[in-house]
Amino acid sequence: MSEIFSLAFMQRAMIAGILLGAVSGFLGVFVVQRKISFLGSGLSHAAFGGIAMGIFLGVEPMFLAIPFTLLIAVLMVFLKKKADISADTSIGILFSVAMAIGIIFLALNENYSADAYSYLFGSILNVSAIDLAVVAALSLIIAVIGKIYWGRWAYSTFDMELARTSKLPVETDEYILTLLISLLIVVSIKVVGMLLLGAYLVIPAATARIVSRTFFQMSVLSIVIGAVSSIGGLILSYFVDLPSGAVIILLQAILLIVLLIAKRI
Amino acid sequence: MPDYAIKTSGLTVEFGNNIILDNIDVEIENGDFVAIVGPNGSGKTTFLKALLSIVKPTSGEIKIFGKELDKIKPGEIGYVPQIKTIDRSFPANSIELVLSGVRNRWLGVKSREDKKLALQALELVGAADYAKKQISELSGGQLQRVYLARCFASNPKLLLLDEPATGVDLVCEATINELIEEFNKKRGVTVLMVTHDWTAAYHHTNKVMLLNKQLIYYGNKNEAFTELNLMKTFSHLGHKHKVTFGLKSYE
Repeated sequence: MSEIFSLAFMQRAMIAGILLGAVSGFLGVFVVQRKISFLGSGLSHAAFGGIAMGIFLGVEPMFLAIPFTLLIAVLMVFLKKKADISADTSIGILFSVAMAIGIIFLALNENYSADAYSYLFGSILNVSAIDLAVVAALSLIIAVIGKIYWGRWAYSTFDMELARTSKLPVETDEYILTLLISLLIVVSIKVVGMLLLGAYLVIPAATARIVSRTFFQMSVLSIVIGAVSSIGGLILSYFVDLPSGAVIILLQAILLIVLLIAKRI
Repeated sequence: MPDYAIKTSGLTVEFGNNIILDNIDVEIENGDFVAIVGPNGSGKTTFLKALLSIVKPTSGEIKIFGKELDKIKPGEIGYVPQIKTIDRSFPANSIELVLSGVRNRWLGVKSREDKKLALQALELVGAADYAKKQISELSGGQLQRVYLARCFASNPKLLLLDEPATGVDLVCEATINELIEEFNKKRGVTVLMVTHDWTAAYHHTNKVMLLNKQLIYYGNKNEAFTELNLMKTFSHLGHKHKVTFGLKSYE
């Protein structure tokens, strides 16, 4: 058992898992309570469009995926606000468009697109030192901004109109929250994979909601569940030799089901 | 401070091609308790939301205590929304809900002072017993009391209530209206209350505003409910009912 802690790639994977699990848990509570769970899946598909574009143009995929996903995120919020389109509809439209762009770039790419497909499932065990530095920097940014904005985001999550009557800039706050979620998703896609990211963002928060009586409790618990399940899933995946992203998600889902049953009993 | 609490000039709100409020000119004096009465879709809620800067007027001007709306400080206006619009799935207790109105953000960790302040406000409206209850566990009447406590705690100069007694039983309705009346009289707070209950409007308020997109009547409650005013307020083209006003016993 102790040998896995001495392996350099496992050490990197575990640190990345703890950090990404914690920040996903932190931002996930807003996604769950605002009933925009589709956002994680939508933005990860959008990121895939940027990655495919990067592969086609022969540049580092993340360099294009980050601005591309941020642009899609801004458009999602903008459409919801200005075009009177509901959140799920604007997410549904834009993620399909971004995905379509990605598919076209992949089709135009004459070389084998294995790189692009590795982003579909992710691989936490292939986290490089540079990847880890990016994850750490993003986690720090989210922690600092999150500490300042938690009370405002929570208030407008509860009731946007009441928050407006308290003169809070709820629109600007929503853009900031969505942009941070987008950044988290782009950075996590290499680790968790596009297909599982939506669940990674939502399950810890949904699990925390079952046993929390206040939003603060829910936030703290969601962070803990995100981090612990990432580490647990990682260790388990090492021993059963299965993809780490999938094992983490299944572990989170099992915890959710157990708590749901326990609460009913 | 000017004599009026609210002054609107030519206030018009349109959503697309729909006119919701049409050229409303009204001046509401400081310390008045006003009932806003009108049929569904007559612009009552929109009027409140325009005062709260939640809805942007298409044209016209609003001044509150002589100030433009963007000069109004948080806490100067208290607001109790319609109960049906509240998201009860949000994990929160009564204390947190009260404090959100005072601190203008959601509090994670509450100080002893914060808790004391919230408890005092809850006690004022007879809601101290369910201070630690989750909002999902509260009845409609209990939740409305908590919202009132939230307003009282921030000491507003103007209180806007959107059907505060809807969905609660008669006794609870009477208690809520009495609490609001007491707040109006003891603290001199100007109150605007949207209501479908004419009896409550007559018993508790001193002014009535009859609204049906246009301002039909604003003034003393005793002259408000004339047959002509009610016809103008509640009759629609091709759908003319005779509307009369009778007072049910309230005690």
